[in-house]
Amino acid sequence: MNLQRGIHSMIEQIDGPMASFFSSCVHCGLCADACLFYTETQEPKYTPIYKLAPMRRIWQQQFTFWGRLLFKLGLSKPVTDEELAEWEPLVYDSCTLCGRCSLACPVGNDITYMVRKMREGMAASGHAPEGIKEATRRAIELGSPMGVTINTLKAHIKHAEKETGIAFPLDLVGADYLLVLSSAEIAVFSEIIPAVARIFHQAGISWTMASDGFEATNSGIQIGSSDLAAELVNRIVKSAEHLKVRYVISPECGHAYTALRWEGPNLIGRPFPFEVVHIIELLDQLQSSGRLKTTGTTDARMTFHDPCQMVRRGGVIDQPRNLLNKIASNFVEMPESGIQNWCCGGGGGVSANPRADELRLKVFSRKKSQLDAIAVKTMVTSCSNCRSMLEEGIEHYHMDTNVIGLTELIAEHLAEPSEEPKP
Amino acid sequence: MKDHETLSERLAEQGISRRAFLKFCTALASLMALPPESAAAMAQALAKSLRPSVIWLSFQECTGCTESLTRSYTPTLESLIFDMISLDYHHTLQAASGFAAEKSREDAMKNFYGKYLLVVDGSIPINGGGVYSTIAGRTNLDLLQETAKGAAAIIAVGTCSSFGGIPNARPNPTGAVAVSDIVRDKPIVNISGCPPIPSVITGVLAHYLTFGTLPDLDDLNRPRSYYGTTIHDRCYRRPFYDQGKFAKTFDDEGAKNGWCLFELGCKGPTTHNACATTKWNGGTSFPIESGHGCLGCSEPHFWDAGSFYTPLSAPVVNIEATTLGAAIAGAGVAVAMSSLDRNKIHRAQQAHEIMSVKDL
Amino acid sequence: MNQHALLFFLRGQGLKFAVIVFTFGLIYRLLHPVLLGRKKNLAAPRGGEWGPGMRTIWHRSLFPVRLTPRGHFIIIAGYIFHLGFLITLLFLSQHIELVKNTFGIYWPALPPGAISIAAVLSIAALAALFVHRITDPVKRLISDFQDYLVWVLTLLPLLTGLALDMAADYQRMLIVHIISVELLLIAIPFTKLAHMLTTFSSRWYNGAIAGYKGVKA
Repeated sequence: MNLQRGIHSMIEQIDGPMASFFSSCVHCGLCADACLFYTETQEPKYTPIYKLAPMRRIWQQQFTFWGRLLFKLGLSKPVTDEELAEWEPLVYDSCTLCGRCSLACPVGNDITYMVRKMREGMAASGHAPEGIKEATRRAIELGSPMGVTINTLKAHIKHAEKETGIAFPLDLVGADYLLVLSSAEIAVFSEIIPAVARIFHQAGISWTMASDGFEATNSGIQIGSSDLAAELVNRIVKSAEHLKVRYVISPECGHAYTALRWEGPNLIGRPFPFEVVHIIELLDQLQSSGRLKTTGTTDARMTFHDPCQMVRRGGVIDQPRNLLNKIASNFVEMPESGIQNWCCGGGGGVSANPRADELRLKVFSRKKSQLDAIAVKTMVTSCSNCRSMLEEGIEHYHMDTNVIGLTELIAEHLAEPSEEPKP
Repeated sequence: MKDHETLSERLAEQGISRRAFLKFCTALASLMALPPESAAAMAQALAKSLRPSVIWLSFQECTGCTESLTRSYTPTLESLIFDMISLDYHHTLQAASGFAAEKSREDAMKNFYGKYLLVVDGSIPINGGGVYSTIAGRTNLDLLQETAKGAAAIIAVGTCSSFGGIPNARPNPTGAVAVSDIVRDKPIVNISGCPPIPSVITGVLAHYLTFGTLPDLDDLNRPRSYYGTTIHDRCYRRPFYDQGKFAKTFDDEGAKNGWCLFELGCKGPTTHNACATTKWNGGTSFPIESGHGCLGCSEPHFWDAGSFYTPLSAPVVNIEATTLGAAIAGAGVAVAMSSLDRNKIHRAQQAHEIMSVKDL
Repeated sequence: MNQHALLFFLRGQGLKFAVIVFTFGLIYRLLHPVLLGRKKNLAAPRGGEWGPGMRTIWHRSLFPVRLTPRGHFIIIAGYIFHLGFLITLLFLSQHIELVKNTFGIYWPALPPGAISIAAVLSIAALAALFVHRITDPVKRLISDFQDYLVWVLTLLPLLTGLALDMAADYQRMLIVHIISVELLLIAIPFTKLAHMLTTFSSRWYNGAIAGYKGVKA
């Protein structure tokens, strides 16, 4: 039975932090103010900790004195399918796993960690949104949630090779770096492909792409199925191991970074024999070591939208700023930036869930007011999903703002090679 | 000594002026918190009253109560009170001894049956049939039961007869109990204290003689007028308590400055008695004035209520070891339960069905 | 049972029972989650766990920088309540005497006037938080019976303690005060009040999870 499977799955997910977090919540309601779904709608049901209510009861019924007692006596109502169905929109449509509530909780609960775990039970019980289910199916069966195939990529590569005159290594055994991309980058923001090639060429990096593991997005993480997430991560791990690379470059995609960098080894149950670096992290390294040289600065007022999974939940915080400060003379921070930044509204699978579109666009008002506060026309970001969401939001609110990817911006300011690249 | 003589006649005989007597009545009235005009009424009533017969039984006691009443200044107002009553039996004070003494008790009981006052000091041992204390071959228990039958009222003088007192302290080998534990069908006034304040005894007698009734009593059957407030309420050191100025030892600066003795274990806040206002030794002082906290002697079980030197806010048992033990036990049970719960989680993980896209 | 016997019981066996339940239960509540453990993190760390964990324990006690008016209210009232409660609990000389007589350790007391102010402020904050709990839609939604129960149990010791020196009958109020304290002690391990210790493990975990990734939570 799916319900039982879901409940079992939630029991599986209970660990020290979960039990400690559930024990500590004092129902103060502060997390609501940290969640854009609450601040922009003022609907109490979007209070982050409320989204955990069914799982909290499972914890009580299975692991606490009173909970066990009342459950045995039939005084604590069991979690039902109807209840999980009712909670599905709360757990998926109105949570982007952005992690802002985890920073706000005065007793220290990492609510995002909790929602991620609750989704395991939701997915196992069949209570995941159809949109994310579809995306996951496509990712597993076709190789990409957006249905992008290796042939699509190859077409882009051919085009980029023509544009840049740089040869694209594919399945090159023994390269230092394996570059993986996100579906959106291949399907929508393909400018990134020649941009990366030019940067790597200038920096003299030994890199490759893999035809069996070119896609880094991970719907398994979003839907909350570690099994499916592991399968997706494994494609990249296998390719990396096959190609004997030392590094895998996580692309401009927030949750791909979380999936690869932080969850990856835990999903497959062993440490990676290679390092995972975020492309922004790598660019910063290259620049500070002098291998990446930029020229000229942009005078336009620019700001940086922190992708939650890269920054707040990922730890790549200063690097994008270091890079931007080199090329943007008018770089300004939004009122709440860095780890306090507000989510674009489409993370954590929300963008793959058409049911949530209306809500997502509504809560984009948070980003809008952040931008209005500094009156900036150009927003740089480093997550293709954020970028799509920002563009949609800007369109929806008829704003006059353009969004560009940080890697492309760097590529635009790439100094002409004055000497032969190092081998 | 002629019987049934009124008090005014006896006072006149002893050369005590009406003025002195009125003064005495005024003092009593104010002590008992009666309205001022009642002093005159009291004087009138007392002057006319016939001296009632009083039988005073002393059981398991130390004679401190009698000492308190009699070892006072001469001539004392307290001594006057003996002129108001006919003390027909008191084995410490009476001249008679042996059979003659017991006979005077039996005579009084017979002659004033239903009218005499019974005063008791000392507790009554009931273990082993009451063998722990006997008078003239009879147990205290037996004597009390017999004497109480014809009493109009009983006045229990001292904490022993009121609440069991020190003989009743743990482990209480003699099974000492209070008068009220034995006699349940007579009005009883408890004048507790170890010893009780002499003027309280006289006050209660005066009240009985004046109004023919017992005074208003609290829930422990003590006259409210004397036991209505606590030592703490009336203590001259109370301002220091309110300011948080406490003596920490008996010889520190605080003690020398006369600060509050709460932290040295003073039981003033929970002790109901008139010491702080009537004082002792002819109004000289009361224990706190000599630098020692109140022991709470007028309250039940005062001997067993923890150390005299433990502050009221501190536990009367040692909970240090218990706390440590509970912490260790809590940790132990947490280890055991978390191991069971880890197994539960582990079993759920073992039973985990790998999810495939078909399950979506 | 007369008042003296009751007071004696409350200062003796009653207290002992309450302290056993409190200590046993609270240690259990702290250790049980921690001992459930967590899976070893196989991802390569970017930062430490211990330091960031400890930092978060400290950091979440500080006043948050950015708050909504609603957030400001909750934090300020929460601060006043906790500080007032702790000052009353730890710096009233009678309470220090309790610790001194039990564990032999002691520290200077604050004047009773200061304690009264702290207690009054704490009570006022509790009252304000109660009103907020029943009027704020978020709080109303996430509150359950327990939230109201522990509110009462927390308020009573403050109220009765404050009333102690004004009460006509000190002893009766002392009895009520001690009963309220012992009820609170017994309730703590069974309710959300266990956060008084588990917040430390929660904050540590939060800080450690973030710290591992190089984020200061």
